[in-house]
Amino acid sequence: MRRFAYVQADSAEGARELVRDDPQARFYAGGTTLVDLMKGGVEVPSRIVDISRLPLAGIAVRPDGVRIGALARNSDVAYDQTIATRLPALSQALLSGASGQIRNAATVGGNLLQRTRCSYFRETRWRCNKREPGSGCDALDGYNRAHAVLGTSESCIATYPGDMAVALVALSAKVVVEGDGGERRVPIEDFYVLPGAQPERETTLAHGELVTAVEVPFAAVHERSHYRKVRDRASYEFALVSVACGVVLQNGRIHDVRLALGGIATIPWRAHEAEALLLGATASDETFVQAARTALAGARPRRDNAFKVELAQRTVVRALREAAA
Amino acid sequence: MSAPVVGTPFDRVDGRAKVTGEARYAADAREAEPLYAVLVQSTVARGRIRAIDESAARAVPGVVEIMTSRNAPRVSAIDFSFEVPSSEQLAPLQDDQIHYDGQHVAVVLARTFEAAREGAALLRIDYDGVPARSRVADVSGFETITQFFGRDAQQRRGDPERAYETSAVTIDATYRTPEETHNPLEPSATIARWDGDELVVHDATQWVNGARSTLMAAFELDETKVRVVSPFVGGGFGCKGFSWPHTQIAAMAARLTGRPVRLVLAREQMFTSCGHRSETEQRLRLGAASDGTLKAVLHDVVTATSRVGTFLEPAGLVSTFLVACPNVAVTHRTARLDIPTPTAMRAPGEATGTYALGCALDELAEQLGLDPLELLRRNHADIDGESGRPYSSKHLLECFARGAERFGWDRRTAAPRSMRENGEYVGWGVATATYPALRAPAQARVTIDQDGRIELASATHDLGTGMYTIIAQVAGDALGVDARGIVVRLGDSALPPAPVAGGSMSTASVAPAVQDAAARVRDRALEIALGTAGSPLHGLRREQVAFADGRLRANDDPSRALSYAQIAQLAGRPLEAVGGAAPGEEEQQYALQSFGAQFCEVRYDEELARVRVTRALGVYDCGRVLNPKTARSQMIGGIVWGIGMAFLEETVRDPRSGAVVTNNLADYHLPVNADVPAIDVLFVEKPDLIFNPLGARGMGEIGITGVAAALANAVYHASGVRVRDLPITSEKLLAGAPVRV
Repeated sequence: MRRFAYVQADSAEGARELVRDDPQARFYAGGTTLVDLMKGGVEVPSRIVDISRLPLAGIAVRPDGVRIGALARNSDVAYDQTIATRLPALSQALLSGASGQIRNAATVGGNLLQRTRCSYFRETRWRCNKREPGSGCDALDGYNRAHAVLGTSESCIATYPGDMAVALVALSAKVVVEGDGGERRVPIEDFYVLPGAQPERETTLAHGELVTAVEVPFAAVHERSHYRKVRDRASYEFALVSVACGVVLQNGRIHDVRLALGGIATIPWRAHEAEALLLGATASDETFVQAARTALAGARPRRDNAFKVELAQRTVVRALREAAA
Repeated sequence: MSAPVVGTPFDRVDGRAKVTGEARYAADAREAEPLYAVLVQSTVARGRIRAIDESAARAVPGVVEIMTSRNAPRVSAIDFSFEVPSSEQLAPLQDDQIHYDGQHVAVVLARTFEAAREGAALLRIDYDGVPARSRVADVSGFETITQFFGRDAQQRRGDPERAYETSAVTIDATYRTPEETHNPLEPSATIARWDGDELVVHDATQWVNGARSTLMAAFELDETKVRVVSPFVGGGFGCKGFSWPHTQIAAMAARLTGRPVRLVLAREQMFTSCGHRSETEQRLRLGAASDGTLKAVLHDVVTATSRVGTFLEPAGLVSTFLVACPNVAVTHRTARLDIPTPTAMRAPGEATGTYALGCALDELAEQLGLDPLELLRRNHADIDGESGRPYSSKHLLECFARGAERFGWDRRTAAPRSMRENGEYVGWGVATATYPALRAPAQARVTIDQDGRIELASATHDLGTGMYTIIAQVAGDALGVDARGIVVRLGDSALPPAPVAGGSMSTASVAPAVQDAAARVRDRALEIALGTAGSPLHGLRREQVAFADGRLRANDDPSRALSYAQIAQLAGRPLEAVGGAAPGEEEQQYALQSFGAQFCEVRYDEELARVRVTRALGVYDCGRVLNPKTARSQMIGGIVWGIGMAFLEETVRDPRSGAVVTNNLADYHLPVNADVPAIDVLFVEKPDLIFNPLGARGMGEIGITGVAAALANAVYHASGVRVRDLPITSEKLLAGAPVRV
């Protein structure tokens, strides 16, 4: 049996210390990603630091936005009245993910750090640069239907699988991180890093730093946001393509817009160039098609996932049309 | 008198045991101090084992033994036969040869499951691998298949090529179905123990006697020395029918270590260790006169099997009889691939064949400008085209008629993309369902003891199908007692023999045997009650008494009565009889086959290439329905699986190594509730008394047949895109879409 130490943390600082000093130590909250990966031998922690009893589960509504504690359960966030009405894309994204049981266990902080579903990552028999740096990538020429077309590298084409972070990227959230130097706030787009030549590094979080909260600002365009997810089955599946977007119109023109994509990129993907194209343009299908093409312009499909480019473009058009309606 | 319960929606008698956890499945069997076995499987698809380094695995505390070809007890390879149904001609752990990725190459035995698993992870095996072929597309030369379980796999009548060439309207289309995996809820498991030279095995199996005969052959034992027990099975769908190597391995490991061994397959091992449905490529050529009369059916199948087995998907056989046609040619060829051996999966051949033929007929109807249901009606086969025999009972036209009425088929407009609702296209599809009515010899024993306890025993199985319930109903009615009071024992090779729970034949085979056993016990009870001095019924004639509410009474004086228990007391021993039943000459005189009609509705979101199933209706002609509740449940399960087959299921192999990439339930997609609409099931209920005395044909497999075709046809009707390659996924619909962004 693979032995590991289980420690229950009684403070955030204590938890960080327990993790910081041991490169193989891991924080443990909902366990929905970590435990799966431990069963498969992908994660082999020496120590598990259970942070689930720390007082970080609150959802605080402030005048300018919400602060969601890192231990808030996905389901609690999804059904929060303020979030459902003022940040609908976030609520919808959460409810479109996983199953009721998993949403009741998964936490916001853990969900941000959800690992990829790449089959070649999740089984140790395959070569995987993310799991074992420098070993190679069996997904590049393997079965890669679910893989990313944006943000890929020659080292890794693994898709960031989650839904919530796609909405958070659209909603310009900040991740609150506690480290040795105190607390820092990281714009969520700076939180995730592209795989490049180091796909094992997925975020700017240093080992031992703890995500304590996520802050999401209110804005008119956030209130007009929504989340559209396309997948093979109707529920309980990761996205083939997802779109989080918000549109505010003024006299038929796009006054403000947010657009992010999921299921097709190595990180939750904010489509800035497409947003720039949309801003000030007439809200029409023609505009949306142009934006969709722009958003996917950099796509680099592989053997099995070329359809995602077309599907993503169509989903962007649909989502923008719905948000503008 | 207790009202008869056969034919009523009787609740499952084993329901309470299942929901409370009292029902003991194979892996629940308790053995004293068992060793936990974890299988190690090959990670190359073809080649040989160069070396095994056991040192790290043996160093794990708790690991007791590692069994490989080096130290495994010698067993010999067994050729498949129906008497000894060993799926693979591969004696496990006997040499260093690798025939497929996932082949068992070692088993780690430990005092705990965790230690065994850790030992398995640390076992280092080096292979000399050679390039593998795992898809039909990798192969160019195919073997011609002549026979499939006694049926000709090459069939011909008339002059099909000429009839095709000269037909007014023709279709030539090729359909593909992927490799699929059964995925029952309960993984396969074997708990094996040797008592001296006697072997006792708890096995998750659909066939205790098949498992027994395979173990007898492997270990050269006679049948008194092997007992296989399988009282509850958490779904099988064919993957627990024939015997698989892991069952032998558990027994080998128990022999090697002298301890009971407990082996449960992990979910990912279920994708390589107990069969799959093999992929098919089916070319259909249909020719018809302009009025729709079929002139030619040519069905050429290429499928796949392994290098160590023979099973394959006989998809073309349905084309010999599903529609009436004088000129028919069916061929089957197979690729021998470096993959595990395929096996029967719910309706092997029918599920895939009704898909391809059902779609080709829909394409033909469109060419003819004919309603697809009307085409099926016009080409109804009144006799069996394969054998030339009349059907014992066939009411397919009534299935069509009742289904069409219930579904509202006459409101269908013919053109694709012609029906819309709420911004989505609506598509309706129809196809024919079919499955043979099979039956095999079976026996059952009824015992009533002096306390009135009634036991019914047969080596049949309940895979969740309702067997416990149905045979209790049959015995209860035959004895005139409450079926709920009967103790049913099944799934044990020590009980009176019964066939494999496969081929949808258990009810049709076993229920008549139960009826016979119950009638014999009743006769015996009568004899004793009327013939024993001191009995209140002594001296009466048979026609002067009757059984009701578990008591035998004098017709003219109900106070003169005896319970079964009192009769057994009179006899001084339990009342007991073994009954049996077997098919007879009807098999040579008639074609025995069930039919049905599947109607489906889908909604199509064209922009996102998304399909939703919104209605499904199945109408079946399976003879008499013994229990409408369990029957309906079977049909619903089949239709749900048909939805999975049409849109979701595919066992994907890595293109280079041949290993299954989708070897878990996150990547191998089964339908979830949100994919499944309310399902409507109707039975035409015409007892087939030629087939068996109960008039009931089997009801397991037919539910999935025709569903994928009806759905694919509905998708075409909604979208105008003909996807001839299952599953129907977004990329295939997008590839056929008229406009791109």
